[in-house]
Amino acid sequence: MALESVCSFQAPNPRIGLLRPGGKGDVDESDVLNNLWSLDKFSIPAVTDPAEFLKPFTNGEGNVKIEFDHGTTTLAFKWQHGVIVAVDSRATAGSYIASQTVKKVIEINPYLLGTMAGGAADCSFWERVLAEQCRIYELRNKERISVAAASKLLANIVYNYKGMGLSMGTMIVGWDKRGPGLYYVDSDGTRLSNNMFSVGSGSTYAYGVLDSGYKWDMSVEEAYELGKRSIYHATHRDAYSGGVVNLYHMKETGWIKVSQTDVMDLHYKYKEEKK
Amino acid sequence: MAQPGIHMQGPEPYGAHGPRQQYFSPYSWNGGTVLAIAGEDYAVLACDARLSEYFSILSRDSPKRYKLTDMTVLGCCGFHGDVLTLTKMLDARLKNYKHEHNKTMSCKSIAAMLSTVLYYRRFFPYYTYNILAGLDEEGKGCVYSFDPIGSYEREVYRAGGSASALLQPLLDNQIGMKNMQGVQRLPVPKEKAVALVKDVFISAAERDIYTGDQIIINVITKDGIHEEQFPLRRD
Repeated sequence: MALESVCSFQAPNPRIGLLRPGGKGDVDESDVLNNLWSLDKFSIPAVTDPAEFLKPFTNGEGNVKIEFDHGTTTLAFKWQHGVIVAVDSRATAGSYIASQTVKKVIEINPYLLGTMAGGAADCSFWERVLAEQCRIYELRNKERISVAAASKLLANIVYNYKGMGLSMGTMIVGWDKRGPGLYYVDSDGTRLSNNMFSVGSGSTYAYGVLDSGYKWDMSVEEAYELGKRSIYHATHRDAYSGGVVNLYHMKETGWIKVSQTDVMDLHYKYKEEKK
Repeated sequence: MAQPGIHMQGPEPYGAHGPRQQYFSPYSWNGGTVLAIAGEDYAVLACDARLSEYFSILSRDSPKRYKLTDMTVLGCCGFHGDVLTLTKMLDARLKNYKHEHNKTMSCKSIAAMLSTVLYYRRFFPYYTYNILAGLDEEGKGCVYSFDPIGSYEREVYRAGGSASALLQPLLDNQIGMKNMQGVQRLPVPKEKAVALVKDVFISAAERDIYTGDQIIINVITKDGIHEEQFPLRRD
């Protein structure tokens, strides 16, 4: 796909002139035929407000309950040796635990990571689109995209769908010419840069542990431990979080996956330490 | 010239009685359960054959498995209208792929495609729960499970649809060996997987009104797809 773009291959582009309901020439016959073979357009119900229209079916009134998987505690922080990304692995559909093995760190490329909170499908789809766009940037410009630019690309894409019900809270983490990068991007269009973020329903618990243990000049081991401990405490108090802790470290040479630890093992480890 | 006593009436102008809220409900829930297990060199996909709406049983012979390729079977349940449309679209795409590339699509690629197909209905979702079973490039069994808008994951075992919350904990215990200490995680033999599938479906039919009548079990190996049926409660 990326190569096609560099070679100026003219495929209809889904992300230019994004579909909004009621837009001029939304539905015409060639579009419908086109739709059959390409994934270029989103299907949208023929109503004035698609997000409102879907609400009765997604919030479970009556017999029809379309529940999407949701993701939950994620955190990332910068310190002297780079950036730590730590996440839990639980996905819930309503009160049902849909999965305990979700990969909430999305590997965009060897120098970029994204995290997943909010709608699981929203995050993985749009970060996949971001990965494509970052690759195109690389091919066109013969250099890696900056974290600032990558996060802005994502923020601008989702901003086009504002009010249509997307739900994602993500952190874009990377390393570029300016050093380590950490941005928070959400589906409202917010884009922030800072040294520490935590996103999701367990974020308040994670922040508590993170703030009390955080120092810029921690050792690598201390930072790994802080990441794990913060997620562990979030999974302990937040019912929507759980499973395993996935831990990543962003270095100048790209990211590495540090560990995957069951929170049950952490629970007994920390209990032992208290004695 | 108009004759007296005959009134020419055209259609009333739109909105003559003020604005009116139109409502249409595009979904229904037709139940059904699917279940898949991936083994070392096989994958099992089982589904029941009951089709219901509210408290009526519409059909006792409506299996929710759709054979996509010689190596891949899709279990698809939820709203039957969306199931029909989705599987029809997938068949068309796979046929097109075969004509363009002169090969069948791998299970991994079908999973990625299904994810995008589902996501492009993000604002008007297919009300379907999908589980894909087949063999991967190395010949190992693979199972992919999806939420209605395309979030997906490769797993070893998965139950989806109406009785998923009844089946999944049994599988966690019997296959995942969850929360057991000092257990050996041995690969599950094909015969044991099939026997387990029958057992868990019998239990599901006992407690879920949308599951019953019969199950259809597909066993996918390098030799092809073997299908068998197994009766369940019909009440």
